Amino acid sequence: MTNEAATAGISSPLTPGAKKDLWSWVNVWSIGTVVIAVAVMVPIVAVIFIGLTPGDDIWSHLASTVLPLYISTTLQLMIGVGAGTLVIGVGTAWLVSTCRFPGRRIFEWALLLPMAMPAYVIAYVYTDILEYAGPVQGLLRDMFGWTIKRDYWFPEIRSLGGAVSMMTLVLYPYVYLLSRAAFMEQSVCVLEASRVLGRGPWRSFFSVALPLARPAIVIGVSLVLMETLNDFGTVDFFAVSTFTLGIYDVWLNMNNVAGAAQLAGLLLFFVVFLVVAERFARRKQRFHHTTSKYKALPGYQLEGGAKRLATIGCTLPVVFGFVLPALVLGSYAVIHFEAAANAEVYRYAGNSFLLSSLTAFLAVVIGIFMAYGVRLRNEKIVKFMARFASLGYAVPGSVLAVGVLVSLGALDNGIDGFMRQNFGISTGLLFSGTIAAVTFGYLVRFLALSFGSVEASLAKITPSMDGASRSLGHGPFSTLRRIHIPLIRGSALTAAMLVFVDCMKELPMTMILRPFNFHTLATYVHQYASDEQLGEASLAALAIVVFGILPVIVLSFAITKSRPGQAGEGRAP
Amino acid sequence: MKIRVFLVALFLTGIPGMIAPPPAAEAAAAGEVNLYSYRQPFLMNPLLNAFTQETGIKVNMVYLKKGMLERLKAEGANSPADLVLTADIGNLHNLVEAGLLQPSKSDALESNVPAQFRHPQGLWYGLTTRARIIFAHKKRVKPGEVITYEDLAKPHMKGRVCTRSGKHVYNVSLLAWMIAAKGEAAAEQWARGVKANLARKPQGNDRAQVKAVFQGECDVALGNTYYMGKMQTNEKSPEQKKWAAAVSVIFPNQGDRGTHINISGAGVTKGAKNKANAVRLIEFLSGEAAQKIYAEDNFEYPIKAGVRLHPIVAGWGKFKADETNLAKIAEHRTQATRIMDKVRFDN
Repeated sequence: MTNEAATAGISSPLTPGAKKDLWSWVNVWSIGTVVIAVAVMVPIVAVIFIGLTPGDDIWSHLASTVLPLYISTTLQLMIGVGAGTLVIGVGTAWLVSTCRFPGRRIFEWALLLPMAMPAYVIAYVYTDILEYAGPVQGLLRDMFGWTIKRDYWFPEIRSLGGAVSMMTLVLYPYVYLLSRAAFMEQSVCVLEASRVLGRGPWRSFFSVALPLARPAIVIGVSLVLMETLNDFGTVDFFAVSTFTLGIYDVWLNMNNVAGAAQLAGLLLFFVVFLVVAERFARRKQRFHHTTSKYKALPGYQLEGGAKRLATIGCTLPVVFGFVLPALVLGSYAVIHFEAAANAEVYRYAGNSFLLSSLTAFLAVVIGIFMAYGVRLRNEKIVKFMARFASLGYAVPGSVLAVGVLVSLGALDNGIDGFMRQNFGISTGLLFSGTIAAVTFGYLVRFLALSFGSVEASLAKITPSMDGASRSLGHGPFSTLRRIHIPLIRGSALTAAMLVFVDCMKELPMTMILRPFNFHTLATYVHQYASDEQLGEASLAALAIVVFGILPVIVLSFAITKSRPGQAGEGRAP
Repeated sequence: MKIRVFLVALFLTGIPGMIAPPPAAEAAAAGEVNLYSYRQPFLMNPLLNAFTQETGIKVNMVYLKKGMLERLKAEGANSPADLVLTADIGNLHNLVEAGLLQPSKSDALESNVPAQFRHPQGLWYGLTTRARIIFAHKKRVKPGEVITYEDLAKPHMKGRVCTRSGKHVYNVSLLAWMIAAKGEAAAEQWARGVKANLARKPQGNDRAQVKAVFQGECDVALGNTYYMGKMQTNEKSPEQKKWAAAVSVIFPNQGDRGTHINISGAGVTKGAKNKANAVRLIEFLSGEAAQKIYAEDNFEYPIKAGVRLHPIVAGWGKFKADETNLAKIAEHRTQATRIMDKVRFDN
C-alpha cells in the first residue's frame, strides 16, 4: 500500500463534505470497487439489453390473460414466505442467542440444517408423503374407512400453500443466521441498560434488540424473498403460476427471449423498489455499536412452560425442514442403493464441493473489499454501483445465465477477432464453457449474499473506530485487517456459508454455463428429478445435503466463537 | 486462526479446477464430437458408449435445456458444439429459425430416416418417434367413450380428464397440431373444452397422470407412449406396474387424421468443427444398432424401417400416425402457448 492511498483514503469517510479533487478519488479502493462492480454488472445489464431488442409484443397478450394472476400469486407467495421466515428465523435466533433452555447448544447449529436442503427436493419428498397415494392419507383412509377422494378433505400439497410451506422450511435459516449473527454482535450493555431502565425482556427485545438487528434481519428477509422470486423447481413441480414461471413460459414456449428479459426487468424493478422503500423507511437511522464492552451474553434462564415452548419451537423447524425429509431420502437411498451408488456420484460431489468453496472464498473477499470500499469512499456513484452489482440475486437464474453467456461470448469473440486481425492467431473461446465461467456466474448471482451481510455488519462499527485507527497512523488496509475484519468475522463467515450452500444447490447457472462432461451433484440430481425419478438420484440428493451441512456446522461453531469477548471457556452463563 | 487456514485450504483445493484446460482446445483434436443435448445423460449414455466403441470417436456432452439456443448464439462461430440433440420438434424448429444449424447429407441418413421425419435441406434428422395418446381406466371408461382427442373436450368427460401442464412442450405441440389441422378458433374451443373437463389442476409429468387414474382422481389422461413401457417394466419402482395395469392404451383419431406424433432429433451446428464425426454420430443413432437400443431401452418407435419394436410396444398394435409435416406444426407453437394462456389452462 502506498502513502498516497493512505492519505487519499483518510479524508473522505471521516470528514464528509471535504473538498474532493480528482486525485483524491483515484485510489485502489474506489477503482477496485468500480472495476469489480462493473464486471458483475455486465451480465445484469446484458439482460436489460436483451429486453430492449425488438421482438413480438407480449404485454398486451399477457396483460389480458395471465399477468394479473402471475402477480397476485407471486405476491401471496412472497408475503407467506416472508412472514413465515421472519417469525421462525428471528424467533429462534433470539431464543438461542439470549435464552437458556434444554437443547439450546444443539439448536444453535441444528436450526441451520434445513438450509442445505434444496427446495425442489423437499417439495418432492413432501409430495410423496402427503399426496393421495402417500402414507399419511393412506393411513387416514384405513383408520376412518374412507375410500375415495371425495369422502374427505385433505390439504393439497401441490398448491400455493404447499409452496409457501416448502420454501419457508428451507429458507428460514437465512433469517436465522443473519439475525443470530446480529444479536451476537450486539453489546450486552445496551440490553442491560434497557433492563436497568425498567424494560422487561419482551420490551427490551422489541424496542432495543430488534431495531439494532434490523439491518441484518432486513437483509435476511430480502435474501429469502429474492430466493422465492427466483425459484423455478418448486413452483413448476407444484404448478403454482408465479411470475418466474411466466418468464420461462414466454422464453421457451413463445421462443421470445426479449419478452422474457422484459419480464425479468420488471421483476428486478420491483425488487429495487422494495429495497429502496425499506431504506427510505429506515432513513437516516444509523445503528452503530457505541461501546466495545463485550462479555458473554447473560442468557435468561427459561422456566416451566416457557422452557418447553422454546424447545418445541426450535424443534419443529428442524424436524420438518430437515430430519423428516432426510430420513425419507435416506430410505430411498437404501431401496435404490444399487442404482444410486456409483463412483460418479463421488466425483460429482468433489466438483460441487470445490466449486462451492472456491466461490464462497472469492465472494467473501470481494464482498469485504467492496463493502469496505463503499465505507471508505462515501461516494454516491460507488455506492450505487456496488448495490447494482448485487442485484444478480433477484434475476431468475437461467435468465441471468443468458446474460453471462452473452457477456462472455462477446468478450471471447472480441478477443478472438482482435487477435486474428492483428496477429493472425485465433484464440477461440477463452472463458465461455469453462469452470471459470461457472464461477463467474455464481459470483454474479451470489455476490449479494456476501456483500449484503458484510455491509450490514460494517455499518454497525462506529466510524470513530476508523478515525482512531487512522489517526494512529494505520492506513485503510491495516485498519481493515486490524479493526474491521476481527469485528465482522462472524458476519463474513456467515456470508461464506450462505454462498457455499447456495452454490451446492445451484442448478440453472451450472446447467447452462458448464463445460463438456462436467457434472455437479445438483445437475446429476436434476436429470432424474426432472423425470420424477428422484429415487435413483436420492444418494446424490443426500450428498448435496451432507456436503452442504459439514461446513455449515463447522462455521456455525466458528461464528459462536467469533463473538467479540466470547473466549472459549467463558461461555457458560 | 484455524478458520483462516481452513478457508485458504479450501481455496487452494479449488485452484486446479480453475486451470483445467477449456474444452474449446480439446475440441480441435481429432476423433471427437461435441454434443449439446436436451436429452438426459442417463438416456443417451448407453447409445453414446456404443458409438465410441464402434468408431473410437470420443463423445463430449453437455446436457442443458433452457438456454441452449442462447449459448450457441453467444458462442457464435467459435462454439465448440458440433451436434445438437433434442426431444421435441419445437426445439429443432427454434434452432433452424435462429440460423444455428447447417445442412448435412449422406446416403445412410437418407435411407435411415424417412423424408417426413427430416428437414428438406437436411438441417435436422428425426431419430425416434413417439405418439401422444390417451390412457383410459380399464373399468371406468367404457369402450367407445373416448376415441379421439376431440372426445376429451366433450361434456360427458366432465371432471374425468388429467394432464400435465398445458405449457409443457408436449401439450403445446399437441395444441399446435390442432391449430394446423383445424384452425385457431377450433383449437381454442378444444382447449377450453378440455380445461372444463379437468379433474384437477394440471401438474406433474405424464407418469403422474396415469398414477392419478390408478388412484381414481380421474378416468383418462394424456401421455406419451414410452412412459407406458417404462412403467410396465419398472423394477426399481414396482408400484408403477400397478398404475400401468389399471389403464388401457388408446391411439386417438384412428378414423380420421391419425394420432399426433412427435420426434426426437439431431442437427449439425453451423460452426461444427468436427462435422464429419457429427454426421457419423447421426448416422449411427439412426442406424440399426442404436435404433434397437432406443426401442428396447426407451420404448420409442424407431425411425428406421424394419427395426423391431419392443414386444410391449408391439403389443399395443399398429396405429395410424398423423402425417402433417412436423415443421409446420412447430410454426404454430407460439399461437398454441397463447391459447393456453387465454383459456387459463393451468389455473
